[in-house]
Amino acid sequence: MRRNWSLYPYILWMVLFTIVPILLVLYYSLLADGGGFSLTLSHYARVFEPLYLAVIWRSILLALVSTVICLLLGYPVAMILAASPAKQQFSLIVLFVVPMWMNFLARTYAWMSLLETNGIINTVLGFFGIEPLSMLYTSGAVVLGMVYNYLPFMVFPIFTVLRKLDPSLLEAAEDLGANPLKTFMKVIFPLSLPGVLSGITMVFMPAVTTFVISQLLGGGQFTLIGNLIQQQYLRTYDWGFGSSLSIILMVIILLSMGLISRSNAYEEGGIL
Amino acid sequence: MKAAMKKAYLWLIFLFLYAPILVLVLFSFNASKSRASWEGFSLKWYIELFQDRAIMTALGNTVLIAVVSALAAAVVGTIAAIGIYNLKGWRKNFIINVTYLPILNPDIVTGISMMILFIALSFPRGLTSLIIAHITFGLPYVVISVLPKLAQLDPQIFDAALDLGATPREAYTKVILPQILPGVFTGFLLAFTMSVDDFVVSFFVTGNGVENLAISIYSMARRGINPKINAVLTLLFAAVIAMMYLIQRRLRKSTADI
Repeated sequence: MRRNWSLYPYILWMVLFTIVPILLVLYYSLLADGGGFSLTLSHYARVFEPLYLAVIWRSILLALVSTVICLLLGYPVAMILAASPAKQQFSLIVLFVVPMWMNFLARTYAWMSLLETNGIINTVLGFFGIEPLSMLYTSGAVVLGMVYNYLPFMVFPIFTVLRKLDPSLLEAAEDLGANPLKTFMKVIFPLSLPGVLSGITMVFMPAVTTFVISQLLGGGQFTLIGNLIQQQYLRTYDWGFGSSLSIILMVIILLSMGLISRSNAYEEGGIL
Repeated sequence: MKAAMKKAYLWLIFLFLYAPILVLVLFSFNASKSRASWEGFSLKWYIELFQDRAIMTALGNTVLIAVVSALAAAVVGTIAAIGIYNLKGWRKNFIINVTYLPILNPDIVTGISMMILFIALSFPRGLTSLIIAHITFGLPYVVISVLPKLAQLDPQIFDAALDLGATPREAYTKVILPQILPGVFTGFLLAFTMSVDDFVVSFFVTGNGVENLAISIYSMARRGINPKINAVLTLLFAAVIAMMYLIQRRLRKSTADI
C-alpha cells in the first residue's frame, strides 16, 4: 500500500491532545511558584509531607482492601463460569456484563439510596426491630462502592485464563493422587496467575485513582489521591502540587501496567 | 449438593450486582419521593424530568457530543489504522503504544492534562473542548477495532485492485473500506458508548456552565437523592442496553463471517 500520509492527522491529534497535555502537567509540576520560569522539585517534596502521605496511604489501603475483596469474591465466580456448560456460559457472562452498562455514576448513586439512614436497607432492618445503622459516608461504603463497580474487572481476566486451562492437566493431577484442594493450590491457581495479575491491576488502578466514589459514598470525609488532585485544580488552584500528584499517579500506574503487560505478553487480552 | 452451592453463590453475586439497579429503576416509578417505601406506580418523575430544562439540555449535549465525537473518531481512527497497519518495526510498536496511552492513563490525569492545555491555549471551555476531549479518548477504541480487521485482509488485495485498474483512492474506498467496515462500526459504537458514559474527563474539560448528563447527575447526587435522577438513569440504561445489543449482534455476525 501507499505512503503514510494517512497517519499525519492522527499523529498531529495525538501529539496535540495527548502528549502535549501530559508534558504541560509535567511542566507545571516543576514550575516554581511566584512567576518566572525557574524550575523546582518543591511540589514533589510536598507530596511527602505527613498530611499528604496519609492521603496516599489511605487511597492505597482502601484500594487494596477492595482489590482483595474482589479477588476473594471474584475468583470463585470465574471458576464457576469457566466450568459451566458452553450454552449457559454465554448467558451467564451477559448477565454479568449488563450491570456494567449502567452508567458508572449511576451505580454509585444507586448505593447512596440503599445505604442512607432512611434507605431501604435500614427500612428492612426496621421490620426486624433493628435500629437504623449509619452506613453511608463510612469507609465501608467507599470500599463497597469500589467492589461493586470493579468486581467484573477481576472476574473476566481470571475467567479468560481458566477457560483456556487444559482439562487434562486436572485429570493428571487427580490421577497422580492430588485431592481437590491440592489440585487447586498446585495446578489451577498457579496457572491462572496471569489472569489474577491483570484482574488485580484492573481493579486496583481505577480504585486508587477514583474521586467520585469517595465523594458520593464517603461524603467527602475520605480524601483520596483523586480528591486531593481535584481540589488542587478546582478549589485551591495549586496547579504545581496538583500536577506533581498527577505525575506521580501516572508513573505508578503506567509502570505497573507495563510490568503486568510484560509478564502477560503471551496472554491475550480479556474481554472488553 | 456442591453444584447447588455453586449455583447459590452465583445467584448471590448476581443479586449483589442487580439489586441496586433494580431498586433504582423501580423507584423511578414511585409515586412519592420516598426512597424506602413504595407508594404506587406513577410516571410523575418522568414528566418532571421532561419539563426540567437543565436536564434536557444536558441530555441534548450528551447525545450531540457522543454523535459528533464518535463520527470524527471513526473517520480519523480508520484512516490512522490503515496508516499504522502499513508501518513496520519500532515505528508501528511506538504508535500502537501511544494509541493505548489515553486508555491506560488514569481518567483524572487525562481530564486534568486536557484542562491545562485548554487553559494554556486560552481555548474557551465548553461544547467544543468537550468534543475534542471525547474524540481523543474515542480514537484508540476505533484504531483497536479496525486494526484486527485489516490484519485479516489478504495482503495482496490492494495490489490486485491496482492491477485491475483501480486508482489508489478507488482501491481504498471500494475494496478495503467495505471489508473493514464492521470494525469501523464497532469502533464507532464503542467510542459512542464511552462518550455517553464519561464523567471524569468531561468534568474537568467543561466550562461556562455547559453540562453533559453525567455532570448534571453528579451535581444533583452531591445535593442528595432525587427521583428525577432515577428516571433519567433508567432511560439511559435502557438506551445503553439497546446500543450494546447492537454491538453484540455485530460482533457475533462478524465472527461468524470468518
